[in-house]
Amino acid sequence: MTAPVQPVRTSTASPLSFALGVAALVSLGATVALGLALPPSVEQQDYSRLVAIHPGLAWASYVAFGITALGSLLWLWPRTRHERWDLLAGASAEVGAVFTALTLATGSIWGRAVWGVWWVWDARLTLSALMLALLLGYLALRRVPGDPETVARRSAVAGILASLVVPVNHFAVEWWNTLHQGRSALQLTPSKSVDGRFLFAMTIGFLAMTLVYAWLTLHRVRMARLEQGAAGKDLDQAIAARRAETQPATRPATPVPSGGVPSPGGTTLRSTTLGSTS
Amino acid sequence: MWHDALLVAGKDLRIEARSRVGLNQVVPFAVLVLVLFAFALDPDQDVLVKAAAGLFWVAVLLATLLAVQRSAGLESGDGIPDALRLSGLDPAGIFLGKAAAVAVQLVVLEIVLGVGVVVLYGVDISGIGILAATMVAATIGLAASGTLYGVLAGGLRVRETLLPLLLLPVVAPVLIAATRASEAALTGLSVDVAPGDWLGLLAAFAAIYLAFGVVAYGTLLEDS
Repeated sequence: MTAPVQPVRTSTASPLSFALGVAALVSLGATVALGLALPPSVEQQDYSRLVAIHPGLAWASYVAFGITALGSLLWLWPRTRHERWDLLAGASAEVGAVFTALTLATGSIWGRAVWGVWWVWDARLTLSALMLALLLGYLALRRVPGDPETVARRSAVAGILASLVVPVNHFAVEWWNTLHQGRSALQLTPSKSVDGRFLFAMTIGFLAMTLVYAWLTLHRVRMARLEQGAAGKDLDQAIAARRAETQPATRPATPVPSGGVPSPGGTTLRSTTLGSTS
Repeated sequence: MWHDALLVAGKDLRIEARSRVGLNQVVPFAVLVLVLFAFALDPDQDVLVKAAAGLFWVAVLLATLLAVQRSAGLESGDGIPDALRLSGLDPAGIFLGKAAAVAVQLVVLEIVLGVGVVVLYGVDISGIGILAATMVAATIGLAASGTLYGVLAGGLRVRETLLPLLLLPVVAPVLIAATRASEAALTGLSVDVAPGDWLGLLAAFAAIYLAFGVVAYGTLLEDS
């Protein structure tokens, strides 16, 4: 096997993402500490402490959904079309699915303790569940293999289509469940019912979840870019090795055929490489 | 655009009229779903009457998946996507035509299912006007969103499994709104939100997906 043509970037870290990671970790630690230090409330006991993470998670899942829609839009818009927007939309949807699932899980745990059931057909719960289904559908579509441009196009359209339905879904589930819980302690607006400490922990929770989301998404985008590069590289190396077999005496193995055109990702375009072999 | 839409709708409907797949397979399937609901719930008519509106629309949604898959399948054979692009037809017209063809099939299906609900579940239809309006608004929304997702998943090998996952969460508000709007007409029960509001929601849904389809169908055709 030949050595790689150019040094391969194996890390997805950069000074900026390192700083972001540290900030995310510190704020997450602060959220945990503040959350655990909260006094148990009279009605909800220990479960009231979930207020430190649950609203933040829900917020981050909405942000993720919005970024996916925005990335899709920027890719579809011819003047801003760039591979990075597609990768951003995909990465954001993946991280968003995790956050949405966590929102549902923490909400369920809280609901079991306070409402007595794991699930109620509350408007916000239902909306979150539908959003999770939309994200999973979007991710399933992304995973269908194909030409990168084609995958990007259909993903972008699916991203927009999925985000279009969210406002309609919102009204549908709100009206559908006319008996839904009023806005409770899990709400950003300060009110007399919410202790200042709860509000503070919750605010730090919002910050922490936003930072964690940003950090994970950033790394996922870089990871996706490396994956794309690796996909092309394997093929190039296999072709180079095959060539080396046929011409052992005259020429040492050349990893990149002369006809190869470097693509923006640093790899050799497949079609050109294959064309030069035949 | 309108001329192209008529051409495409006419072509799709002629294919359906001649092949009778919709009539011989999709409609019986939907009626079968109604029967299965009765098995699953109760022979007791009370439960069925109360749930009739929801069951009716779930049956419509399931049949929509089949109709949409079939409509997209017509355009995904050998070289047909290219032929469609080379035909010079306006993409917006193709979208409207295909959606219209699906909508016509769905309306026929809904009428059959409506009779099925009356006969099998013993429902008394009290408000035919509101029911008809709900059917029209919901059907346009289902046909528009279904046609979009149909072409999106149309060329893929996994389309049979992927389409339900993509389409069903999107049409969930149609199910909610159409069920609530037709509930009063089908069961005679009072409802909290006036049917008019639900109709508005259905109309908004239909308008959003129609508008998006008119704008974006060309992009989607390039892909398949």
